Amino acid sequence: MYAFDIERPSSVADAVAALGAEDAQALGGGQTLIPTLKQRLAAPSKLVSLGSVTEMQGVASEGGSIRIGGATNHATVAAQVGGTYPALADLAANIGDPAVRNRGTIGGSLANNDPAACYPAAALASGATIITNKRQIAADEYFQGMFTTALGEGEIITGVLFPVPEQASYQKFVQPASRFALVGVFVAKYSDGVRVAVTGASNEGVQRWSAAEEALSANFSADAVSGLNFPTDDLIADLHGSAEYRAHLVKVMTGRAVVAAS
Amino acid sequence: MPKDTGIGAATTRREDVRFLTGRGQYTDDIQTQSECAAVFARSTVANGKIKSIDTSAAAAMPGVLAIFTGDDFAEVGGNPAGWLINSRDGTPMHEPKRPVLAHGKVRHVGDAYAAVIAETVAQARDAVEAIEADIEELPAIVDMKGALASDNYVHDEIGTNQCFDWGWIEDNRAATDEAIKNAHHVTTLELVNNRLVPNAMEPRCSIGHYNPGTDEYTLHTTSQNPHLTRLLISAFVMGIPENKLTVIAPDVGGGFGSKIYHYGEEALVLAAAKKLGRTVKWTADRTEAFLTDAHGRDHVTKIELALDAEGNFLAFRTETMANVGAYLSNFSTATPTFLHGTLMAGNYTVPLVYVNVKAVFTNTAPVDAYRGAGRPEATFSLERVIDKAARELGMDPIELRRKNFVKPDQYPFASAAGLEYDSGNYDALMDQMEKVADKAGFEARRKESEAKGLLRGFGVNAYIEACGIAPSNLVGVLGSRVGLYDAATVRVNATGNLSVMVGAHSHGQGHETVFPQVVAEMLGIEAESIDIVHGDTSKIPFGMGTYGSRSLAVCGSAVVRATEKIINKAKKIAAHMLEASDEDITLKDGVFSVAGTDKSVSFGEVALKAYIPHEFPLEDIEPGLEETAFYDPANFTYPSGAYCCEVEVDPETGKVRVDRMTAVDDFGNVINPMVVTGQVHGGLGQGIGQALVENTTYDENGQLLSASYMDYTMPRADDLPFYIVDHSKGNPCTHNPLGVKGCGEAGAIGSPPTVVNAVIDALQSGGKNVTHIDMPMTPHRVWSAMNNA
Repeated sequence: MYAFDIERPSSVADAVAALGAEDAQALGGGQTLIPTLKQRLAAPSKLVSLGSVTEMQGVASEGGSIRIGGATNHATVAAQVGGTYPALADLAANIGDPAVRNRGTIGGSLANNDPAACYPAAALASGATIITNKRQIAADEYFQGMFTTALGEGEIITGVLFPVPEQASYQKFVQPASRFALVGVFVAKYSDGVRVAVTGASNEGVQRWSAAEEALSANFSADAVSGLNFPTDDLIADLHGSAEYRAHLVKVMTGRAVVAAS
Repeated sequence: MPKDTGIGAATTRREDVRFLTGRGQYTDDIQTQSECAAVFARSTVANGKIKSIDTSAAAAMPGVLAIFTGDDFAEVGGNPAGWLINSRDGTPMHEPKRPVLAHGKVRHVGDAYAAVIAETVAQARDAVEAIEADIEELPAIVDMKGALASDNYVHDEIGTNQCFDWGWIEDNRAATDEAIKNAHHVTTLELVNNRLVPNAMEPRCSIGHYNPGTDEYTLHTTSQNPHLTRLLISAFVMGIPENKLTVIAPDVGGGFGSKIYHYGEEALVLAAAKKLGRTVKWTADRTEAFLTDAHGRDHVTKIELALDAEGNFLAFRTETMANVGAYLSNFSTATPTFLHGTLMAGNYTVPLVYVNVKAVFTNTAPVDAYRGAGRPEATFSLERVIDKAARELGMDPIELRRKNFVKPDQYPFASAAGLEYDSGNYDALMDQMEKVADKAGFEARRKESEAKGLLRGFGVNAYIEACGIAPSNLVGVLGSRVGLYDAATVRVNATGNLSVMVGAHSHGQGHETVFPQVVAEMLGIEAESIDIVHGDTSKIPFGMGTYGSRSLAVCGSAVVRATEKIINKAKKIAAHMLEASDEDITLKDGVFSVAGTDKSVSFGEVALKAYIPHEFPLEDIEPGLEETAFYDPANFTYPSGAYCCEVEVDPETGKVRVDRMTAVDDFGNVINPMVVTGQVHGGLGQGIGQALVENTTYDENGQLLSASYMDYTMPRADDLPFYIVDHSKGNPCTHNPLGVKGCGEAGAIGSPPTVVNAVIDALQSGGKNVTHIDMPMTPHRVWSAMNNA
């Protein structure tokens, strides 16, 4: 780790101001950033910890949606949204291990947009709105490829608004070492249709599976996807699984998500 | 007799009090005021020519005290292989020099070519980044088959990538070939015994200290055998006289073999300490552990089993390529040969065995003994091919094994692979396994799994291994450059408590609990009054350390011999105190008595008399009560076992779950059943890890793809079932005083083939014609095998 300064602002405004410094870097729960620093793979001049920004903490119901503060950790989501959005609580409860869940934040996960992270699948499948200090971004516009998002310089995820679906489930097939998603599929059924988001599979990061969405919107059953094939273009292939295997798992996990949601 | 603390008592581990409350003292916990830090510059390429190393900018960095490169060690000796293997044609193995720091070439990713000593770790790390090394990358030699065919060499000076081409037993070769040619049936299997990264919880750490006032060196280091490290540094690498070098290994947080060996970092911190007059510490980070700890296994084998029409085994023949990596680690040449080929008769009366092993240099981390060391490789090959043969012949896999087992009335049994088994009863172990595993209930459990859409399989294994390493005369003939005895000193203090100095060194085995139980049993006193001293060459007589499940069988026997001497002398003292003849003195429950009288003295009174020798027959007996014994075993010990496991395979994803795992072992006599059970649990975890998840993967450029826990899978609690462990059917070892055989590695030896056999059984039950899957049987591999079947 190289030396750096750290600031702990208590408001979004102060955090944005602190991030104005050259080579400053926002710090959420640090579950990706801190290991990166320890490997000397990044050298920020200053870390701006968002953990003390109280307005970015916590979970609240807003009509048919849930709003989660950007600095809310996974354990809190797991504990507090189970009554309204059980699939989301279940997803949060199965990220990493207890230490990760008590440090890692939803804003950090979405800002990083790891191609095998869980939260991007929930946000995209839910048609969530990413709320920043500057604007509101629809999930469909927010995710722009592996480790790439619509966030600009100095832009902080202050909250995420999840419309609560009628039925939903997240099925993760874990990469055995990291326990990130080798493939994770989030299926969410709304009154106006079904959304399916896939994480872990693609070099493009999280993505929707439109063929499955169409089929499930017409017939919300596992049978509806059994005849589909997830396209293998640009899928991740590594020592844990080939592109073909990942494509196969997407189909299996989608079917299981439908069964679990029903 | 203190039944609650002596032999057979399942006392809790006394060392766990400090381990579980954060009071362990590991090497990195040692801090001294004059301490400075060493950080190594390591190769990022697998094979490269060092054209130049410019350290001038680094030397000018803040806090930098010294920089070393390979040039600084060009004149010192190399780190040797401990075992000389001769090839089939009689020529000795190729033994290229293993320098302290790479010189001329770097040979694997992580190979250290320079070291910076600075006031702090951060400063040293900054300076390492400022070293300008011009290293010309050369094509990497990774695949063993390719290495043997290539004219691109890991070590140019030997002109081959083959270290040796070994045959065992060479005189049986023609007869084995003939038996296979003429056999009713031959089963052939090609398999990989996957490379493993040891992953001790505590990374390696070494601290060098030099006292110019006395010209004495001290090395604190993470070692399973500090005396061997001292010997290697003194006799081969640095020439420091042994009486001027103390090696101390305090608490050691796991090793699994990887901390047996002497590594260059240990020599470096000593050289730096002398040059600077400062204490120099190096602690590996986890990446260094992945890249530079000696790895395990990595065999590619073709095995053939010849059978007659009744299923009698006629011959085993194997051809193995064993990866030794870029350099010969200390036991790397013994592991694939005498710890592997000699076990290739298994538990069976097979008359002919021929083993061929070609050891191959590659641009990968050195490979050496890892929990089991050669015996897991032998067991895996044997028990996989036997299972395959049973399927081909339509025989029950347990019955086929039983048919060929050595029977209890055949001991001592001379195996076709050259060992003499002293005791065992493999049928009884199999009986017990079938009983405690509830084999009879398997079909019902299979139906339950099928109802959930899962394929259930039952896998079985019978293993034998050789522990208690080893008779020095025998291993000397076979090429060992060391003896493999062990030593102990029993010191009775004046107030009647004891310090027992042992050459074995625990890195998790529980010696501090178990050795006192032995002494307590013999003296009839409480184990709590006995402490073990280990891991410090200045305090203990000598020792060959802990590996090969040898500590109790070899060092424990030395403890017995030393305690016997204590008893003999104490009886003389007691006889004097009681005015009786030596022969009339008996020892029971810690009390010396004159037979047939009510006259007695306690053990404590005798101890006090030994140190306050008033009215003492000094002309007949020396004062004091301290004895030393060296013990050299008469034979290996031969633990054996019958294992089974049941797996569930998800046919949609290929995921395997081990549902039940049963280990029935013959460890001979058991001193502490709880400690033994714990050792088996650990071994089973590692064996299941090897079978299912642990994947050491180098790419074609020699980059280790699985160099962190993001990609290298360790078995975790939720990967493992509750185990059924049984060691009630022991047959005592016939040639050591405790009748013990060794339990540290059995779980890791017996479980991998058991798990693979179970997965194959599951897939075949689901109609998939899969006959083999290489480890680790990841979901992807299982799914691929099912879909290609």
